[in-house]
Amino acid sequence: MQEYSLSHLKELEAEAIHIIREVAAEFQNPVMLYSIGKDSSVMVRLAEKAFYPGKVPFPLMHIDSKWKFKEMIEFRDSYARDNNWDLIVEYNKEAFEAGVGPFTHGSKVHTDIMKTQALLAALDKHKFDAAFGGARRDEEKSRAKERIFSFRDKFHQWDPKNQRPELWDIYNTKVHKGESIRVFPISNWTELDIWQYIRLENIPIVPLYYAKERPIVEYNGTLIMVDDERMPQELAQKATMRKVRFRTLGCYPLTGAIESEADTIEKIVEEMMTVTVSERTTRVIDFDQDGSMEQKKREGYF
Amino acid sequence: MNTNSKIDIHEFLNRDEKKDLLRLLTCGSVDDGKSTLIGRLMFDSKMIYEDQLAALERDSKRIGHAGEEIDYALLLDGLKAEREQGITIDVAYRYFSTNKRKFIIADTPGHEQYTRNMVTGASTANLAIVLVDATKGVITQTRRHTFLVSLLGIKHVVLAVNKMDLVDFSEQRFNEICSQYKQFVSQLDIPDVQYIPLSALKGDNVVETSERLPWYEGKSMLHFLETVHISSDRNFEDLRYPVQFVSRPDRDFRGFCAKIASGIIKKGDTIMVLPSRKTSTITSIVTYDGELEQAFPPQSVTITLAHEIDISRGEMLVHPDNLPHIERQFEAMLVWMDEKPMNPNTQFYIKHNTNTTKARFDTIRYKVDVNTLEKSDITHLELNEIGRVVITTVKPLFFDAYKKNRNTGSFVLIDPVSHNTCAVGMIIDKIHADGLPQRITDADKQKIDTGIGLISQQEYENRYNQKGATIWITGLHGSGKNQLAYSLERQLFNQDAIVVLFDGSTVRSGLSKELDYSPADRAENLRRVAEVCKVLNDQGIITICSFISADDSVRKQVSSIIGAERFTLVYMDADLDYCKNNKPELYSLIEQGKIDNLPGIDCAYDIPTSADIVCKPHDLEDNVQKIIHYLIEKGIKK
Repeated sequence: MQEYSLSHLKELEAEAIHIIREVAAEFQNPVMLYSIGKDSSVMVRLAEKAFYPGKVPFPLMHIDSKWKFKEMIEFRDSYARDNNWDLIVEYNKEAFEAGVGPFTHGSKVHTDIMKTQALLAALDKHKFDAAFGGARRDEEKSRAKERIFSFRDKFHQWDPKNQRPELWDIYNTKVHKGESIRVFPISNWTELDIWQYIRLENIPIVPLYYAKERPIVEYNGTLIMVDDERMPQELAQKATMRKVRFRTLGCYPLTGAIESEADTIEKIVEEMMTVTVSERTTRVIDFDQDGSMEQKKREGYF
Repeated sequence: MNTNSKIDIHEFLNRDEKKDLLRLLTCGSVDDGKSTLIGRLMFDSKMIYEDQLAALERDSKRIGHAGEEIDYALLLDGLKAEREQGITIDVAYRYFSTNKRKFIIADTPGHEQYTRNMVTGASTANLAIVLVDATKGVITQTRRHTFLVSLLGIKHVVLAVNKMDLVDFSEQRFNEICSQYKQFVSQLDIPDVQYIPLSALKGDNVVETSERLPWYEGKSMLHFLETVHISSDRNFEDLRYPVQFVSRPDRDFRGFCAKIASGIIKKGDTIMVLPSRKTSTITSIVTYDGELEQAFPPQSVTITLAHEIDISRGEMLVHPDNLPHIERQFEAMLVWMDEKPMNPNTQFYIKHNTNTTKARFDTIRYKVDVNTLEKSDITHLELNEIGRVVITTVKPLFFDAYKKNRNTGSFVLIDPVSHNTCAVGMIIDKIHADGLPQRITDADKQKIDTGIGLISQQEYENRYNQKGATIWITGLHGSGKNQLAYSLERQLFNQDAIVVLFDGSTVRSGLSKELDYSPADRAENLRRVAEVCKVLNDQGIITICSFISADDSVRKQVSSIIGAERFTLVYMDADLDYCKNNKPELYSLIEQGKIDNLPGIDCAYDIPTSADIVCKPHDLEDNVQKIIHYLIEKGIKK
C-alpha cells in the first residue's frame, strides 16, 4: 500500500489553512493583524494559500507604534502592494503627537499606549469580530495554554481561567455582539518550524533578519540599532558598526540584535539549530516583571 | 540536534523538513514524575534554552517543590495563579524535536476534577504515555486515565513504569505492574499497548536504554516515540470531504475547500454531494503549490467539479458507494465540560465538522464512573461527568461511528445562552429502529399548563352524538389500509358522524413536509399525527388514521399520547405477496435498490399482537361493518 503521510511542516500548514478558512466562513468581519515580523510573513502566506486562486477575503492591519524600524515599514508597503492585499494602518495619533516613545516614557508605558491601546481602539473602530495573530505557543510559558480560538469579552479581556474547551479540530465560533475571538493559526509552530518553512516556501522577510553591518549601541547589555535621529544623542554617538541580525522585530529601541554571520536563510536555520538562548531574550518588554506577558495578554496585548 | 554536522546544510535541512509529527498525551501527576519525564525529553533534545534553564534553577530554589533538584514542573507550568497554587490547571502544549520526528506534547494534570482537560488533550493525540510510580503500581488514577484514553480513541498507549530506581530496577516488580495493567486494559479497546520501565529522574531508559535494566530488551522511551508507526492510524478508506468554504473568485472558478476528514480523493473520481445526493466528477484538486492528482487526510485542499451543482458550507462530498450515516438521531458518549450542569430540556447548538445545527437530548441512558467504570442511572450530567445519551438534531448530520472515524464521529455542544462549549461527544452509532426504539412521548418532561375551554367534553358528545376517538389502521404498504380508511370515513359520514381522516401522503405533503424516511423522522411524523388526533378527540371528533406504523413501540407511544381508552388499533393483515401485487411500483423500486427503509423488506414490520380488530384485505364491506359495529359497542358511535 502506498504510504499517505505528510511532513510535519505540511501537516502544520494544513492545520493553519483549515483554521484560517474556518474564520473566513464563520465570522462577519475578520482581520489579520500584521506585525511585519517573520511569523506574520508565514501567516500571510498561509492565508494566500488558503484562498488560492481567490483573493484573501479579509484585510491586513498593522498597528504602527511609530517606532518601528524604517526597513519594516518599507517592506510592509511593498509586500502589500505587490501581493494585492488590503492594508489598514492604524496608530495612536493623540499619543504620537504628544510625543510618547520608549526613550522618554519607558518601555512599559510606550507598549501600553502605542501598541495595546492603539490595537484596542482600532479593533473597536473597524468593529472586527475576529482577529488573527501570529503568536506561537512555544514563545512564552503563558502562551502554552492559550487556545487557538481565544475568546475575548467586549473589553477585549482574556480570562485564562475561563477558556473554552477546544477539542479535535472543531472550533467554537459563537460570540455575542461586541465580543470577539483572537485566532492563532500558527499556535503549534516552533521558531525553528517558522524558519524552515520560510526556507522551504521561499517567503520574503524583512532584510533585518539577515546579518549585515549596522550602527549598534550597547545599552543595558542589549544591542540596539540606531535607526533614526530620535535616538538620544548621547547614545547615538557611541554607535559602532557591527555585523548583527535580529531574531525578532518590534520597536527599534526595544529590540535587541544578536551578533551573527548568518546572511542567508540556510545559515539562519543552522544558527537556530545550535542556538542556546530563547528568542525572547532579545525582547526588552519581557523583563518588566515576572508573569509580565500574561499581564499584557489579560490587558489585550497579544 | 545535530550540532557538529559536517554534512551539507542544504541536504540536512531538506531531510529535516520531511520529518513527520507525533502528537502525544502524558497522563499522570507530578508525583509520578510526569513533569520530570517531559522536562528531560525536552532537555535532552535541547529544547530548553540556557536562559530558560537559568530562570528554572533560580525559580527551583525560590518556589520549587523538588528540594535541591531542578523542578521541571516550573518549566511546564505557565500561568501565575497556578504557580502560586503549585498545580497545573489546564492543558499546556510543549514542543520538541529530534532528528527523526517533531513532537507535540499535550500536558494535562492528573487530578480527578480535571477530566475535562485530559479529554481535551487526548482529542488530538496519536499516542498516550500513562505514568505509574513503580513503588505504588496501578492505582485508581491509572485506570481513570486509561479509560479516558480509550474513550477518546487513542490507538497507542505506553505504560511508563517510572521510579524503577526506587525498586532496585526489579524485573519482578515491573512484571507485576504490567500484569495488573494488562488485566485492566483488556476490557478496553486499545489496539497497541507497550510497557517501558524507566527512571525519569535518573535518566534510565528515557533517551538511552539503561545498563541498570539489563533484563529489559525493548526500546527506550524516546526511541519508541521516534519509531512508533502512526501514519496508518488515519482512515484512508471512507472519503469524507466536509465542505468548509466555497471559493468563487470569478465567474469561471467555483472551488470547494475542505480539510479532508478521511479517505483519498482523486482527480476524476465520481463523488456524491450530501444531502442532495447529486453526483459529479472531480475535475481538479487545486492548491497554491500546483494541482494534485490525489489528496488525503489531513490535507486542506480545494476541488472543482465537472457539473454546476449548488454546494454550500456544511455539505459533504463522498464516494457514492460508501455513504456515512445521514440521520437526525444518534447515540453518543458525552463528556460534560461546563461548570453549569446539563439542563436536559434545553436545546443546544451542535457543531459537527463544518455543520452547526440545534440538538436536544432524547434519553440519558447512564453515567459512567471514571474510576470504577460502573454505570448508574442519572437525570443529567455535571462537570467532568461522562454519560451515554441519545441526541436528536434539527438538521440531519453526516456521520460515522467515532471508533471508525475520529473526524466524522466527534462533535461539540455549545450553550445557547453563554456560548460556552459545554459538552463534547463521540458518536457510537445511529439509532436503529429495532433494539433502540424511538422515544416520542415526553412523560417526564415538564408539563405545560393548558387553557381550559368553555365547552365540556360532554357538551361536544351531546351535540355530535358521538365520543371523540381514534381508529388507527396499521399494515404493510399495499395492504389496503387506505381503501379501508376511505370506505370507513364514507360510511360514518353517511351516518352523520363527524370524522377527520389522516393518511401518509396527506400528512407527508404538508404537516411533515421536511421529514425524511429515517426511523427517527418516521417516529416524529407519527408523533405529530398523534398530537393532532388528541386535540380533535378532545373536542369530540372521530379520527381515522391510516399509517404503516411498523414499530410496535412507536404504536404504543402513539396510543399513550392519544389516550389508550379512545385508541382503537386495526391491523390490516395482508401477506407480502398480496401487497406486492397490489402496489408493484414501490416494491420494484426497492428491488432495484433505488429506495430503502421499506417496512417488511429491509426494515422490520412488527405484527401487532394486541390489535383490537384484525382485517383481511379481501372483504372490504365486512371490514367496514366490523369496525362500525365495534364503535357502537364501545359507545363511541351512538
